Amino acid sequence: MKDHKEQEAYQLEVRDVHLSFGGLKALNGVSTGVKRGEIFSIIGPNGAGKTCLLNCINRFYRPEKGRIMFEGRDISRLKVHKIAALGVARTFQNVELFGHMTVLDNIRLGGHVHLKSGSIAGGIYFGKARNEEMAFRRHIEERIIDLLEIEQIRKKTVHTLPYGLQKRVELARALAMKPKILLLDEPATGMNLEETEDMARFILDINEEWGVTIVLIEHDMGVVMDISDRVCVLDFGQKIAEGKPREIRHNEQVIKAYLGEEDLAYSRLGA
Amino acid sequence: MRCGDFKENYIKDEEIFQSLFVKFWLGLFLAFLLIFPFIANPYALYVSNMIGFAVIAAVGLNLLTGFTGQISLGHAAFAGVGGYTAAVLITRFDFSFWLALPCAGVVAALAGLVIGIPSLRVKGLYLCIATLAAQFIFEFIFIHWESITHGVRGINVPPPRIGSFLLNTEKRFYFLTLFMVILAVGYARNLVRTRVGRAFVAIRDRDLAAEIIGINLFRYKLTSFAISSFYAGVAGALWVSFIRIVTPEHFPFHLSIQYLAMVIVGGLGSVLGSVFGAIFMTLVPEILNVLSGALVESFKLSSQVFIPLKEVVFGSLIVVFLIFEPLGLAEIWRRVKAFFLLWPFSY
Repeated sequence: MKDHKEQEAYQLEVRDVHLSFGGLKALNGVSTGVKRGEIFSIIGPNGAGKTCLLNCINRFYRPEKGRIMFEGRDISRLKVHKIAALGVARTFQNVELFGHMTVLDNIRLGGHVHLKSGSIAGGIYFGKARNEEMAFRRHIEERIIDLLEIEQIRKKTVHTLPYGLQKRVELARALAMKPKILLLDEPATGMNLEETEDMARFILDINEEWGVTIVLIEHDMGVVMDISDRVCVLDFGQKIAEGKPREIRHNEQVIKAYLGEEDLAYSRLGA
Repeated sequence: MRCGDFKENYIKDEEIFQSLFVKFWLGLFLAFLLIFPFIANPYALYVSNMIGFAVIAAVGLNLLTGFTGQISLGHAAFAGVGGYTAAVLITRFDFSFWLALPCAGVVAALAGLVIGIPSLRVKGLYLCIATLAAQFIFEFIFIHWESITHGVRGINVPPPRIGSFLLNTEKRFYFLTLFMVILAVGYARNLVRTRVGRAFVAIRDRDLAAEIIGINLFRYKLTSFAISSFYAGVAGALWVSFIRIVTPEHFPFHLSIQYLAMVIVGGLGSVLGSVFGAIFMTLVPEILNVLSGALVESFKLSSQVFIPLKEVVFGSLIVVFLIFEPLGLAEIWRRVKAFFLLWPFSY
């Protein structure tokens, strides 16, 4: 019976989640919450359990203990495909696109849960099914492709594209899900400076223009510190800190986790 | 020569036949198909009908194997279920052919649904074996459920009729086949460019990512099985009405393999490809038949050696095709088109 008001303020809340693989404790009692409309970053050294946490929210993994609440509803027992319909979209650390399809088809797939036409209407492709597809195509073109600046590649097959663009297409697909909350797993990994800045700009645009809550896992501290409203730090499956970027930057436990004790003094100079 | 795509609205951009040029040639081709029965001999028409049935079954199998990525080795059995359903409904329950045809599809689809259930748990080669079991189970049923199927003697099926007009010749049946083929291909082509078709491909390419974006894997795999078997059932029903008899020997295991070969030779995941594949796999053996017959005849060669040789030639043709173009005939067709798009300029 903690502060009741604060609980309600969370759009997505993780309560005491445990997950282990054999003897390895991937998540050991993690509790945190994401407020509506904020950019919330999860950081931590490799193997800290960041992606595991996203996978639990997605129901990719089933947590052994604990609850995951989305808009006041426990989603930790739902089927994976049901989560998408609630408005939880995500991108992956290693791009999970459908390589043999065009960019446009990939993005269209994101809208799967919002389209209605079944196998009969789709096969006849007349009237309702066609109008629906066209309206959706317009939405994709005018809202998503335009926002992410991928007009020139819309008809290209995805596996022919460079990595940076694939990341962008994956973001586009997630946007086509018309998400309420967007889970981004290392969106800027493997990108050069310019691409990273583009990505950060897109994330901010999505957050501001669409009002989508963003949960971000990222190793690029520049991006994290610049755009996050709040940051949560995981280490060995446990939360070691949470707060505004400024607080996190000077948190000794965080610095220790990242750099080890002996580098503490050095990093203070750097920061 | 076109120098680019310029479309002014989304509907134009989503059309299957993009240019006037394509539409013109398609129209010409359709006109040819309609005139064809009046100039061809019965043998050619017989082969055309067989191609038609093969196209329907192959397009159906491609939806399952090429698009959804679920290999089925039991497709001939589903065609058999359709064929027997039509035969039994027409002869025993006095159904008209036109009602029996969709019923055959539906019953085959139900059979497909049941066989498709393991697909949620087993994938790839394992599923392949599960569907193989279906093939043999159904074959067993066709032979041994004598009270319904009359065992190996089979059932004689009357030809379809419109009023008092009997579709009892190759020529008359040809138009029915052509109509059904256009329907089947058109439906499949539309299906794969809308929501359900995209879900199929998503399942094939990355089933986990498909689930994350909200695709119910089980439901769509079963849908794919059902639609695919529906196609097979319709093809089977048409076939038995054409040859006017149904016996278990019409739906052996090697027909399943042949359907699969059509899909692979034609190009997995391409509706047009399975049309090409079905034509290739039906026509080439017939042509080789004629050729080898002529060769034996004119050179007085030993028929014992040369007639079986056609199987060898056929087999090697398939292998050669797959080595030079693993993506199938559809890809060859695409390359030919791409070549002529720029022709006569090099770039």
